[in-house]
Amino acid sequence: MATGLKIAIVGGGLAGLAAAMKIAEAGHEVDLISVVPVKRSHSVCAQGGINGAVNTKGEGDSPAKHLDDTVYGGDFLANQPPVKRMCDMAPEIIYLFDRMGVPFSRTKEGLLDFRRFGGTMHHRTAFSGASTGQQLLYALDEQVRKWEVAGKVNKYEGWEMLSLVLDDHQVCRGLVAMNLQSLELKVFKADSVIMATGGPGLIFGKSTNSMTCTGSANSACYQQGARYANGEFIQVHPTSIPGEDKLRLMSESARGEGGRVWVPKADGDTRNPKDIPESERWYFLEEKYPAYGNLVTRDIATREIFQVCLEGHGVAGQNQVYLDLTHIPAEVLTERLGAILEIYEMFVGDDPRYVPMRIFPGVHYSMGGLWVDFEQRTNIPGLFAAGECDYSIHGANRLGANSLVSCVYGGFTAAPSAIEYAQNVERGNTETNGIHDNELRRQQETNDSIVHSTGSENQYKLHEELGKVMTDNVTVVRYNDRLQATDDKIRELQERFKRISINDSNLWATQAIPHARQLANMLALARVITLGALNRNESRGAHYKPDFPERNDAEWLKTTIAEYAAEAPVFSYEPVDISLVEPRKRDYKGKAAH
Amino acid sequence: MTTHHEKKRLENPPETIKFKIQRREKEGAPQYWETFAIPYRRNMNVISALMEIRKNPVTTDGKQTTPPVWDMSCLEQVCGICTMVIDGRVRQSCSALIDDILVASGGDTVTLQPMSKFPNVRDLKVDRQPMFEHLKKVHAWIDLDGTYNLGPGPHIPNEVAQVRYAYSRCMTCGCCLEACPQYHGDNYIGPQAIAQARLFNMHPIGKITEEDRLNGLMDGDGITNCGNAQNCVQVCPMSIPLTQAIYETNRDITLNALLGWLKK
Repeated sequence: MATGLKIAIVGGGLAGLAAAMKIAEAGHEVDLISVVPVKRSHSVCAQGGINGAVNTKGEGDSPAKHLDDTVYGGDFLANQPPVKRMCDMAPEIIYLFDRMGVPFSRTKEGLLDFRRFGGTMHHRTAFSGASTGQQLLYALDEQVRKWEVAGKVNKYEGWEMLSLVLDDHQVCRGLVAMNLQSLELKVFKADSVIMATGGPGLIFGKSTNSMTCTGSANSACYQQGARYANGEFIQVHPTSIPGEDKLRLMSESARGEGGRVWVPKADGDTRNPKDIPESERWYFLEEKYPAYGNLVTRDIATREIFQVCLEGHGVAGQNQVYLDLTHIPAEVLTERLGAILEIYEMFVGDDPRYVPMRIFPGVHYSMGGLWVDFEQRTNIPGLFAAGECDYSIHGANRLGANSLVSCVYGGFTAAPSAIEYAQNVERGNTETNGIHDNELRRQQETNDSIVHSTGSENQYKLHEELGKVMTDNVTVVRYNDRLQATDDKIRELQERFKRISINDSNLWATQAIPHARQLANMLALARVITLGALNRNESRGAHYKPDFPERNDAEWLKTTIAEYAAEAPVFSYEPVDISLVEPRKRDYKGKAAH
Repeated sequence: MTTHHEKKRLENPPETIKFKIQRREKEGAPQYWETFAIPYRRNMNVISALMEIRKNPVTTDGKQTTPPVWDMSCLEQVCGICTMVIDGRVRQSCSALIDDILVASGGDTVTLQPMSKFPNVRDLKVDRQPMFEHLKKVHAWIDLDGTYNLGPGPHIPNEVAQVRYAYSRCMTCGCCLEACPQYHGDNYIGPQAIAQARLFNMHPIGKITEEDRLNGLMDGDGITNCGNAQNCVQVCPMSIPLTQAIYETNRDITLNALLGWLKK
């Protein structure tokens, strides 16, 4: 059954594959464009699990409580109707993955097992060891491979999207992508396009993100007129392992399984942690947040760890605290957390089953992203978005294990929206009027200008400078003078970018051209993040300004919207739909919400 | 009680470390070697060394050259993309720590080569598309009636889930194929695909279409090509019981053939 509709999906992680599967199942054709073979997408890095109020533990959990925990954890910045739809859909999403053969950990009865995660009192997180993202991605990869064999999905792996093809009325008619080996540019005509390109962690240089998470394609959409929402909300994960090349994630599931965060009470105590008695350890999260303890939300845990280290209480006076699992039997840890403990041992050398881990916060996730309505439609007709690259679910702070469910929900919602649009759109003469060729030519000219650019600047050094200034000033604690200075620095980097010369004379499979294009796009998006933060004079979720320490609903309970202009992003705001849960002060110190 | 081993650190690290890299301009072009030297830093891995070299690629002979090209993504040994041959051993370059390598070799030079069993795109980058084609051949998925809501899946003992989990961690990195003396491209499907067939045949729903997977392993390039060298299990970074999968799948193929014969 060929319907004649063609939908292009950019990105082959959880959201993109979820959408591809649904569209193929509905009988339509998909062009799937991905910078890496889709099975290697960043979703593999998600560790701890996927949330859904299946309520098999006799705790009285429900999708309504999942909704409440999610909007409360997000400090009430998320529009609530799509969050409700996600939480309602979550149990059936988990069941579907179970049917697709994901080896979820199970109970004695053979049911799905659930563990606790941050920001909730319920066992709501289904998990597959400690590599749940990998397992869920593989399940979708397998289903999409079936549709590839059936001829419904055409994979373009090793292709990077450069721009949208827009007609004279700003309607999306497809996209232009570049083959990362030959640098060939190609037009992908499509009746609708779904963006599913993940987050922009590489703007911060080192983060927990994969090296593909540049946000470059998203930024291209923004520069062509797509609205970018809540860009200033960047999640810094409380527990990562600092490294030379990246910050490796240490999953929240370590705390979900009972891991305790502490520092020695005496500053600069250099004893072996096992020799420090209980009475001389400061379990600062448990002390300050008695109800949630180590499972307080990520934004709060991150600020507490950051502050403890800033005040000189870090382990050995350095930027590190202990994350301790050694009180839990080794065989339990191996079964439930094995994959992440292996990562720690592999990169640090200590076995966390016997030695407390040393961790520090690291840039992890963007709550912000392309603006979408409740059907995952962006403001550009024919352009949709799903997953981390859209802004819709997590408000000012994401709860652990909500990312995987939001990716699948986003893909499952974007797919029928994109189909409905494609069935009804007027094609007019857009197939023949040359808009696709014009866009291809424009992109070729950009490539050519990078190849021929000669100057003294080095693209990788510019990227390092961007990462450093963003990490220093636009992460855990933000001050307006430093945000302004950061924007000045980004504009300086944009000027210097014009004087880069690529250092690769062999253009076959070169990384220099793709990286240069990504860098230009990262710089544009960095301004959205930085200036959005500068404008928002309050503290909410992951966005914290000591000069404006309180949440200010009267003035700031609103969504930030950035639109591209050559001079600087233009900001506007729109109200948040709070029709389901009335905003209340977030207080994880007192009694639990449920 | 500490039963874990202490990681060995380089006690007197050299000031600079050398990287001898096997290079190629593009597929079909001749291979050649270039050596680079960079300052030693604690906690370096092969990826961070390559990133340093890429910034300003000058060989130890002082020659300005092109930056080495390699693949990388997750840097947590879970995506599989950065696999290469390091000091003669196939492994992921993200988890290859310089200290460990130099402690093992006793030298100050690290040798990097592309995997040899796959088309070599450029320098250290290879094309592992054949592995994804293998997954098509062995029908490596569960056949669903549809993705709409049909309620929970079957009850499964946790022990079965844990065995399947071990197989399901395969990241299609290709270490097993690189190390397999029998695998030379298209003559043998290899342990990766056989283990994935096993993964789905162990699932209660997957078991229903078991024959589709076994049939994919009975052709000329099928399971009988395994020479039992057992190199695959030794190099698998995820410790997947590959030889067990081969043994059990072989048994199922024999059983299946016998049953089919009896039914006639």
